[in-house]
Order: sequence, then C-alpha cells, then structure tokens
Amino acid sequence: MGKRDRLSGNEAVAVAMRQINPDVVAAFPITPSTEVPQYFAAFANDGLVDTEFVPVESEHSAMSACIGAEAAGARTMTATSANGLAYMWEMLYIAASSRLPIVLAAVNRALSGPINIHNDHSDTMGARDSGWVQLYGETNQEAYDNFIMAVKIAEHPDVCLPVMDCYDGFITSHSVEVIELLDDQDVKNFVGEYKPKAYLNNPNGKVSMGPLDMPAYYFEHKRQQAEAMKNAKRVILEVSEEFYKLTGRKYGLFEEYKMEDAEVAIVLLNSTAGTAKAVVDELRSKGVKAGLIKIRVFRPFPVDEIVAALKGLKAVAVMDKADGFNGAGGPLFTDITSALYGKADVKVINYIYGLGGRDVRTDDIEVVYDELLKIAETGSVKSVYNYLGIKE
Amino acid sequence: MKKINWDLNNISWKDITPGGIVEVPGSASDTITGEWRSDKPIWDKDKCKQCLICFPVCPDSSINVSEGKMVGIDYDHCKGCGICANQCPFGAIEMVREG
Repeated sequence: MGKRDRLSGNEAVAVAMRQINPDVVAAFPITPSTEVPQYFAAFANDGLVDTEFVPVESEHSAMSACIGAEAAGARTMTATSANGLAYMWEMLYIAASSRLPIVLAAVNRALSGPINIHNDHSDTMGARDSGWVQLYGETNQEAYDNFIMAVKIAEHPDVCLPVMDCYDGFITSHSVEVIELLDDQDVKNFVGEYKPKAYLNNPNGKVSMGPLDMPAYYFEHKRQQAEAMKNAKRVILEVSEEFYKLTGRKYGLFEEYKMEDAEVAIVLLNSTAGTAKAVVDELRSKGVKAGLIKIRVFRPFPVDEIVAALKGLKAVAVMDKADGFNGAGGPLFTDITSALYGKADVKVINYIYGLGGRDVRTDDIEVVYDELLKIAETGSVKSVYNYLGIKE
Repeated sequence: MKKINWDLNNISWKDITPGGIVEVPGSASDTITGEWRSDKPIWDKDKCKQCLICFPVCPDSSINVSEGKMVGIDYDHCKGCGICANQCPFGAIEMVREG
C-alpha cells in the first residue's frame, strides 16, 4: 500500500521521478519548474537513484541532451516552464518526430512578454501541435499520477511519443497538499524496464537516427507519427485502467463533474476546475443543472468523446487560460467547436481568463454560469469571444 | 550483414521505419550521390607521379586506391569539389564541365 504525505506539486513530481529512477535527467532551472530538477538533483547526489543528472546550460541543450540520451536507449526526463519550453521549441519537434518517449514536467507559466512568472497556459498551448502527448492535471495528486502514467504511455510500442505532464505553476507546483504516494516497488513494477526496439547503443543492432528525409519519404514519416498520436488515445485509457487497478484512482480522457443531467457546462483545464466545482455544487444546491468538464488529455484531442459529452446541452462555455490571437477565440475553444462541427448543435461561448496569473475566484466562475443560463433561457448568444475579469 | 532495401519510393507509411531510423548504418557507399556533381575531375595517368596527395584531401573518399597506387576516381560518390585538382602538384587532375 502507498503512504500519505504532504508535498508540493513539484516535490510530488520529483518523488515520482525518484521512484521511476530514470537513466538520464537533463534540465535547466526556470520558475516555477525549478524545484523538480532541484529536488531530483538532491536525490541523485544522495545516491537514491542511479540516474545520470546532466545540469545543462540552457533549455535548448536540456531537450537536446534528452534526445541524445533517449536515442541512445536511456529512459530520459526533464522539466521546464514558459520561456524555457519556448527555448526547447525546435527540439520538441525533433523529439516527437524521432519518436523518442521523453517525459517532461511542464509547469504552466505565462509566456513572455510582458515578462510574468505566474500561471496561465500560453506555454504548453503553443506546443500543442509539436507532436507531444499532453496530459493536464488539477491537483498535486494528478500531477504525480500523470507523471508515472506518462512513462508507460510514452514508451508503449504503438505510441513512442514524448509526453508532457502539465500542471499549473504556483497554484499546483508550489501549494502543499496531502497526496497518496505509491510504494517505490509498485512504481518500479508499473513502469517496468525500458526496452526500446531500436537505439543507438544497441551492440546487436546498430542503427542511424535523425537522417535527412527527402520528399520521397518525409510525408510517410509524418503520416506514421499522426497514427501514433491516434493510437495514444487507446493506450492512455489502457494505462489509466491499469493504474486504477493499482491505486483505485480513476482517470479518463476528461473528468465529467455532475454532467449526467446537466443543461449548462464549463469546459476547462487544470487547477481552475477545483474552483469551478465549488460553483457547480453551489448551483446544484439551488436546483440549477450545472456541470463541468475538465480535460485531462488535450493531445490527442478526444473529439468523439467530447461530442458525446456535450451533445444535448443548452449552452457551453469553454474557458481558455491562453489567448489564441487568431481574432476568434482561445485554443481549447477552437478544438471544442471544431469537434462539434456537423455532429452536435450546441451553443458554445469562449472566455479567456486568468492570463499572467490573474486570480480566478468562485464569483468569476458564477459570472460564466449566469451567462450560460441566460443563453439557455433565451436561446441567443450575445458574444462568443469574451474576457473574464478584465478591467474594462 | 543485413541488406538495405533501396526500393523506398513505393513504401507505405505503415512499413517505413519510425522517425526515419536507418536500420543499416554505414551504408553511404551503397547510395549514389555523384549525380549532384557539376564539375568532373579527369585523371591523367601519364602525368600522375603516385604521390597520393589527392587521397587524403578528398572529402568524399572518392579517390580509388589499390595496392598503394592511385587507380582512378569513384564517380558514384565524387561531388566535383575540385580539391584534388587544386592540390595535385603535377597537374594530373583537371576539372571539366559535367555533361
């Protein structure tokens, strides 16, 4: 059985890293993810892991070192935030297209500029099309659990893609919660030994990786990569089921909170779900049929499942903690509405909220549900693309 | 040694190696890259004194040497850079326009 402990989100993820005992961790510090490699460096220094810890000079180098190590056949992980993730950009695509199952703790922080260290999702949203699987978590427990599952999802032979474990900077990364840790041995058994099919240090099967890929073959490689992302949906559910059997903690593609008979609902990611659940409870106590969907798996995007969950609702608000700068809405909104297109006639509005760490409280969320109830009653949408809590 | 399948032009995306992994490394000699060339080195056997300076300066290992003697140029891999012609102390290699 596991044990209960009080840990910050970052500390929990560092503990997961220790329990996984990867071959290589290469990282560069950046707020608010710094603590992950910081705690882990202490574990490495104290001899609690067998890991080669590589303190590199930049995030571009961190991801490059991870790519080299993973290609050599080493189970490899790292952590970063915001501009650190942006600095990895080029290498994120190379990791994914080279089909290297690296795991990254992506501690969400607003991307500069103007420079800001607080939480929003503009960093990982920008990497949403880089070919990485993206898991999002509301709590310290979810950040910890997703990190352990990420290893198994990434390394599955039908996937072989890198995975980001995304959780909110400061709100989740630095707040201390009581969480349930797995036994070290259970984590070890769960993730198993890393057995890549082809790797550079294999003395019995020499290969070359990262070659020039000309028009005759490049397209086929991208098509194959797209298939791996499609496979990831099934694999995530299988790994989550196995995790449920081990821990009793159930994870799907998204969490449906009081959705059974809901007429209006909010869709969002990460820690704001906790605040929104409190509002749903309050509305339910007044007889309002409000619900909430918290997306866990953003890449691959659970298109069919989202349509099934939102079909028949009178009004839905998608809340984006990152603007889309496409003049039409945020990235989650765009994906939700394109999922629904031609499949369900649901009125959907968008709220951009909490940018740069702007606090979002229950009374802010109430504003959103009030608007949804107005739409449900009148059947007309006043404005699709909105800003919550902006100073007008 | 595993033989490389060069018939990739019709390979399905389902069968191509993930991420473009090359399962037979060190296979550059099997690939004909000489067709990139626009200038071609011509070796004059009579002017050649077998000093072999051309051999180490060639960046593409395209000087054919047999039993310690220069015997010709590997046009399957020579890119026509002209370093051999430039370095030859005896004017035994001349660059001419390809084709």
